[in-house]
Amino acid sequence: MGIDFNREVDRVARLARLSLDPDEKKHMADQLSDILETARRIQELDTSGIEPTSHVINIPVAMREDEVKPSLPLSKVLQNAPRRENDYVKVPRVTPPASNEEGK
Amino acid sequence: MNYEVVIGLEIHLELQTISKLFCGCSTAFDREPNTNCCPVCLGLPGSLPVFNKRAIELAVIAALALNSEVQRGSRFDRKNYFYPDLPKAYQVSQYDRPLARGGYLEFEADSGVRRVGLERVHLEEEAGKLQHAGNSIYQAEYSLVDYNRAGIPLLEIVTAPQIHSGREARAFLENLRLTMLYAGVSDCKMEEGSLRCDANISLRPPGSDRFGTKAEVKNMNSFRSVEMALDYEVGRQAKLLDAGSIVVQETCHWDEVNKRTISLRDKEESSDYRYFPEPDLMPLQLNNSFIEKLAEKMPELPRQRLQRLLEQYGLDKEAAVLLTANPGLSNLFEETAGIYGRYKDLANWIQGDLLYQLREQGKEPVEINPNQLAELLKLLDEGVINRPVAKELLSEMVQRGLSPKKLVEDRGLTMISGPQKLVPLVEQVIADNPEAVESYQKGKKKVIGFLLGKVMDLTGGRADPGEINRILKDKLKD
Ligand SMILES: [Zn+2]
Repeated sequence: MGIDFNREVDRVARLARLSLDPDEKKHMADQLSDILETARRIQELDTSGIEPTSHVINIPVAMREDEVKPSLPLSKVLQNAPRRENDYVKVPRVTPPASNEEGK
Repeated sequence: MNYEVVIGLEIHLELQTISKLFCGCSTAFDREPNTNCCPVCLGLPGSLPVFNKRAIELAVIAALALNSEVQRGSRFDRKNYFYPDLPKAYQVSQYDRPLARGGYLEFEADSGVRRVGLERVHLEEEAGKLQHAGNSIYQAEYSLVDYNRAGIPLLEIVTAPQIHSGREARAFLENLRLTMLYAGVSDCKMEEGSLRCDANISLRPPGSDRFGTKAEVKNMNSFRSVEMALDYEVGRQAKLLDAGSIVVQETCHWDEVNKRTISLRDKEESSDYRYFPEPDLMPLQLNNSFIEKLAEKMPELPRQRLQRLLEQYGLDKEAAVLLTANPGLSNLFEETAGIYGRYKDLANWIQGDLLYQLREQGKEPVEINPNQLAELLKLLDEGVINRPVAKELLSEMVQRGLSPKKLVEDRGLTMISGPQKLVPLVEQVIADNPEAVESYQKGKKKVIGFLLGKVMDLTGGRADPGEINRILKDKLKD
């Protein structure tokens, strides 16, 4: 199998904004390897003639009318926010500075 | 060197529902921050989304208005990315099975009717709103998040790469907005963010069948800035290519202050979003009768209205295009045309003085009473009032909704006409201004304007200057 699980773990961790120490990385790489192995074995099943599905049940989608219902009080909305300013959630800047702003 | 410009647009529209896509929170625009939020739109564990039926209907109406093929089966997926405007760390969107595929928009362009193809139309949820502390996004030290907007139904429309200039992109966008306004799916306010546009733009040698490397331009907040930003990008990329350099695939922000694009971050590859089917929502199945019912109730669209204004009322193209571009004005035109038969005059008044007054006084066409407008024009046609008085009355009609007929009666604004009334006034002015009369008779014909003004003053501006002019000339011959 051509997958480098350590690199794959690095990539997913970066996308998920997680920092993992070497032990955790190893642990995750082993788990990822196991999970993909299981998926590989499932893929060995002959599914020709079976329509692909994304959900295990087949019921019509539920709909509601376009009506306004009460929202949560502000105190509840912001209850879990690590930082706040006035009635906003305060977060660190996430956009990196312009990389080649002057280079054009 | 000359390049062929290839532009594809990605448009987002907030759909006009009163509650959000998956929960009952209000979609009202100007509420206190974070007060339209609940466990569903905040993505709290254990909450489950339930579709807003109206949002689905509006999305289907929009797709039909754009000639896009509504899919009997479509699916919702999670688009995973970490950005603080997404409380769930994923956006419910549609990936490989969108609500509608294909389609096109036709509109009146400089070179005649232009058709731009569409790739797809799909439904997703809106993200929250970030406020960046500091002067701009690049200088911000931290950001403030308001989740009121998170979960509002959002329609994404993706065009084919068939647009070839900033000007054309703007024309497409203006016409798309108009079509969506007519269809009643969105209020399409760019300044409030309920209509947004991103663009992919690349250059290639003319005749080439391969696309050049594209840049994605975001943060264009008006139709004008779309045109300017794309023109700027054309120049920037052409300069790079001319110098033998390459265009880097990247995302840029349009900087409205400095009128240039700024590179923001390397473009994330599509696979980095790690789409997977949304397990909390069953695939959407739409049957024919659901779609047909919406198709039957489809409101008149801009192209149809334009055609009708031309054929049914015999308007010239310029007037018809102008009225079509302003649904409120064309509604007023048609309502008034039901009771006033001189259509061209009506169109002239509406696109001229009335439109001016509406802008001047910050009013909407819907506030105008068609009966009063017809009344005013009839008073003018019947010679009861003259044009200056009509303009004055129009202003009061717009401002205070007063009946022109009643105003004329109350203020005695009836036109003074006929020799019986005018001749004595003309004779009085001639008697009072011997010097002017003398210089007229010596050949200074321009003086007649002065005398005419004096007579007009005596009538309180209520006479027809043409008629006075004729009587004056006649009397001055003696
Ligand atoms: Zn909610």
